Amino acid sequence: MKNQLKELSNPKKFHSPIVIDGCDNDILVSMFESMLTIRKTEQKLAIGRESGLIGGPVHLGVGQEAIAVGVSQYLQNTDRVFGAHRSHSHLLALNLDFYRLFAEVLGKETGFSKGMGGSMHLFDQPNGFYGSVPIVAGTVSLAVGAAMAAKMQKTDDIGVVYIGDGAVEEGVTHESFNLAKIQNTPILFVIENNLFASHMHISLRQSSDKISRFAVANDIPYELVDGNDVVAVSQAAKRLIDDIRSGKGPRLLELVTYRWYGHVDWRDDVDVGVERSLDDIESWKARDPIARLSKSMIEAGFWNQSQEYALNQRLDNEIDQAWDKAMNDPYPKLNSTLRYVYAEV
Amino acid sequence: MTHTQNSTQLSDMYMQKCKKMVTEKHNYGTAILSAFEYLLENYPEVFVIGQGLWSPWYVGNSMTDLDKKFGVERVIDTPVSESACTGAAVGASLAGMKPIVVHPRMDFMLYAMDAIVNQAAKWSHMLGGQANPGVTIRSIINRGGEQGAQHSQALHAWFAHVPGLRVVMPSTVADARDLLIASVLCNDPVMYIDDRWLYDQEDDLPPVVELDLTNQQPVVSIVGSDITIVASGHASLLAREAAEQLKNEGILVEVVDIRVLNPFHAEEIIKSVKKTKNLLAIDSGWISGGFSAEIIAKVVEQLPVDCLNNPPTRLALPDAPAPVSRVLEKAYYTTTDDVVNIVKKIVKS
Repeated sequence: MKNQLKELSNPKKFHSPIVIDGCDNDILVSMFESMLTIRKTEQKLAIGRESGLIGGPVHLGVGQEAIAVGVSQYLQNTDRVFGAHRSHSHLLALNLDFYRLFAEVLGKETGFSKGMGGSMHLFDQPNGFYGSVPIVAGTVSLAVGAAMAAKMQKTDDIGVVYIGDGAVEEGVTHESFNLAKIQNTPILFVIENNLFASHMHISLRQSSDKISRFAVANDIPYELVDGNDVVAVSQAAKRLIDDIRSGKGPRLLELVTYRWYGHVDWRDDVDVGVERSLDDIESWKARDPIARLSKSMIEAGFWNQSQEYALNQRLDNEIDQAWDKAMNDPYPKLNSTLRYVYAEV
Repeated sequence: MTHTQNSTQLSDMYMQKCKKMVTEKHNYGTAILSAFEYLLENYPEVFVIGQGLWSPWYVGNSMTDLDKKFGVERVIDTPVSESACTGAAVGASLAGMKPIVVHPRMDFMLYAMDAIVNQAAKWSHMLGGQANPGVTIRSIINRGGEQGAQHSQALHAWFAHVPGLRVVMPSTVADARDLLIASVLCNDPVMYIDDRWLYDQEDDLPPVVELDLTNQQPVVSIVGSDITIVASGHASLLAREAAEQLKNEGILVEVVDIRVLNPFHAEEIIKSVKKTKNLLAIDSGWISGGFSAEIIAKVVEQLPVDCLNNPPTRLALPDAPAPVSRVLEKAYYTTTDDVVNIVKKIVKS
């Protein structure tokens, strides 16, 4: 495999605080709070899964929070965002309602998908989240179509689809890149390149670790940045989204990152991870997008440890309360299995 | 007295209305074309996407000049990408559009199975009824002419197996038009399957009446008393032709045209079989695991055991891919004579 990501894929690099010069302090604090909320929500899910309270699989994206938070900074609630199997962060970055996410993952009728979806089938269209599904690359073409619709409807809305490095190994992704380009479709392809598809490292699956080479192949302008730097992510996203909204066609954003948990559930997956070592995981944890932003804000003097402590306390309390509430919520009625097969008239 | 007057008035009004109704001469292909025109004229959210739409020689006369009348923004010819184009249509439907994706041959549509089966058919259910992909997928059965195994398949039974996907197979000129309109106006994903062997049928059609697809049932297209033939699509045409021939020999066949294969409502069929006490299911697909089996199962499980005079019978394709060589091909496909012969065998046994 060609290492075209160079230092971006080296877990020993990019451990220092991120550059926040020129950024609005309030926005930085807000992005920090979003990332921290998403992390704590997913850590709660990890506990719930390990204890058996959650019956189905959860694909956790702890360590990858900067991506959805950075991209969502420049989205509007009429945009059309699609996710995949690891999409808690994609939804929460648009709407931090972790209570409804808990309810959904627990299969309760108060959940985002009325308890019919669980972790892998999420819906929050009022806030722009059209849906997520666990078929790898299953939403890429759907997002292109929703974006084509935005253009036909003469809005400035855009489509956004989050996919991983594994999804470019599916043929439909390449069809979708080509179709989006030939139709000059207003869509942002967000590639969360965490170097793994399930248990398998990218070096065992592809000839290069740089996914944006496929943007080049389709003449789609792209940016490639450190996915664990929320400022870099949001600034790149802003440039690309501005282009898309002004009618310049599709754009691709590749973000290099790493998930702290294994492919599914709470374990490390060192045992099933081909080329995934504890040393790598520990090194990547030192490239923590949340800790790096915290350090930057503290160094800049508009954030301090006691504020962070208070925020942690508040979020922990709110998350515990939301979890307890969701645990006590009702399950869907038995007729739901047949009720939702077709649209209700 | 009053009652009579009222009836007369109503009748006069009805006659006047009938005079105003102009019927149009159509064949199956132009009926489909007129459905596209009706939808594109009346519903701005409708668009059509698929291969060959700017040069629609693949699809007979069913899409001629739509791009010229309605513009290439709404009638979109595409790259050779069945999967992405079908998925895009599903995605556009989630965003409030009413797309029709066209697959000039069903065989090529198999690249799009994820978009159809995993996505379109499941989004409503998986997301608690909040997302309704009202996409119409038009796929065409196009076979014969020594085209062989990959230019021939009739896979409607596969799709009818999938909950959440409505499956429509019009067999008449009127249904070709009206069920296409009903499919597109429906809020669910619909697989609309037409068959090039149906295109030569002609009929006079009244102006369009918008049907609610969710209410459509199988219909008795020919009334008879000796045997019930149940079929869909081209097999229904064979059944009607056979019924005409058999009438001359004194065998009165009742033909039930299924029209909507999924969700499959069998009430009309059961009613008919209770009357005729004989059942022949014919189908354009393969016999094993095919739709003819579903017809018989649905009927048999709801009939008293001694209701039938003869065991129910299936007539469908042999379990082999379509052969190319003309001698083999001729023997492979079901003909009207095959239907006539099997009916005689059943009725006279």
